Amino acid sequence: MNYTWDWGAMRQALPLLLTGFETTLLATVLGILVAAVLGLVVAMLGRAPTRLVTIPVRAVTEFVRSTPLLVQLVGAYAVFNTVRPLTIGIAVLGIHYASYLSEVYRAGIDAVPRGQWEACRALSLSPRRTWQAVILPQAVRNVLPALGNYGISMFKETPFLAVITVTEMVAQAREYGANHFVYAETFTLAGLIFLVASYPTSLLMRKLEKRLGH
Amino acid sequence: MGDFYSYFFGHLPDVWSGLAVTLEATVLGSAVALTLSFVFGFMANSRPVLVRGASRVIVEFFRGTSLYVQLFWLFYAFPLLFGYQLSPLFCGVLAFGMNYGAYGSEVVRGALNAVPRAQWEAAVALNMTPFQRMRRVILPQAWVQMIPPFTNLLIQLVKCTPLLWLIQAADLTTVVQQMRDRTGETTWAYLTLLVLYFVLAYALTLLMNALERHAAVRLGRRPAARSLLRSRSAEGARRSETAGGAR
Repeated sequence: MNYTWDWGAMRQALPLLLTGFETTLLATVLGILVAAVLGLVVAMLGRAPTRLVTIPVRAVTEFVRSTPLLVQLVGAYAVFNTVRPLTIGIAVLGIHYASYLSEVYRAGIDAVPRGQWEACRALSLSPRRTWQAVILPQAVRNVLPALGNYGISMFKETPFLAVITVTEMVAQAREYGANHFVYAETFTLAGLIFLVASYPTSLLMRKLEKRLGH
Repeated sequence: MGDFYSYFFGHLPDVWSGLAVTLEATVLGSAVALTLSFVFGFMANSRPVLVRGASRVIVEFFRGTSLYVQLFWLFYAFPLLFGYQLSPLFCGVLAFGMNYGAYGSEVVRGALNAVPRAQWEAAVALNMTPFQRMRRVILPQAWVQMIPPFTNLLIQLVKCTPLLWLIQAADLTTVVQQMRDRTGETTWAYLTLLVLYFVLAYALTLLMNALERHAAVRLGRRPAARSLLRSRSAEGARRSETAGGAR
């Protein structure tokens, strides 16, 4: 219990962790973008008129949603061993979160009143116009806060990418910690950076939720 | 394909022992999480500002610093600071328990607040003690509401158990990865592993559905038998989001 806390190591590790943090942020932003687009596509496919589409789509999303992200990552990394690790990481994060978000979109689309669909019908809008001009603008409004919250949760899961050799923040913390035997300092610092970045964002999301009337 | 499966079925005892570690971490981790959920959930609803503030700070701390970092901190940093190496499984149980306990406390808090005001007032009017009120009136109603979001958290927790592989606990992921290394059958090994986790998650979902039905029946509600087979779909997901607040 007579451990002396090495503040100097913490100060020296900080710039290194911040370069790792850039990768973390990049993966989060691109990952949530993939998830947002793919989730919407999946949600719309789930409303296709034929069961030949809806049942396989639902089965796949259910499977992706119920299996561990870490195993998906490591598996994809081992199978597609010629692709850049960061690309695989972003793709897997995106697909995994798309399976969550498709449910959110589905709920958002379901929340658009029936009358809106009927009005589109009555105006004989094409399906494309119906989605683009009427349904989606209302649905996305319902989905926005959830998108933010899932973004935060993805942000905290990006350290998984370290397992497939992406040098994001925690990988940097681990390496610096191993080289100088200062794990306590570097991991504490990494945790604090996560806290400092995610807490204000979560407060912001809560505010957004209130403003949109959830 | 054949190689992997003949190896897999030839070494089933290894699979069972890996599964046992995964299940142990899941059961113990969720037990810790459930306990902490109630402790912090009740603290968040109590009157003294200090108690409420303490629970807020602890909950935000465990939710805000990544689970991954917490686990690594316990495994790598804790021994340096305190000169005592925790066992990998213990680290896992503690980290999963604290992290999901923090999320769960929001569920408890939300469910307690969702019990109609009139129920609290009626219990007061009947001159019940605070303990009786909680035990006989509030909790049975809140509990039904807690189960679907708890199911989601439980599945999340199961999905985090492969982290044990990174801190050298011989869990299911570790065992199947070893089989992959022996046979060189990457695709089949990982697909099998994913299917195993899927089955595990689905079994737990069915168990939680039965629990929810039991809790609803105790309140005199009769949900359709079909609800027992339902997967955790939009409804549960949405509820846990609103109950879970900011993630």
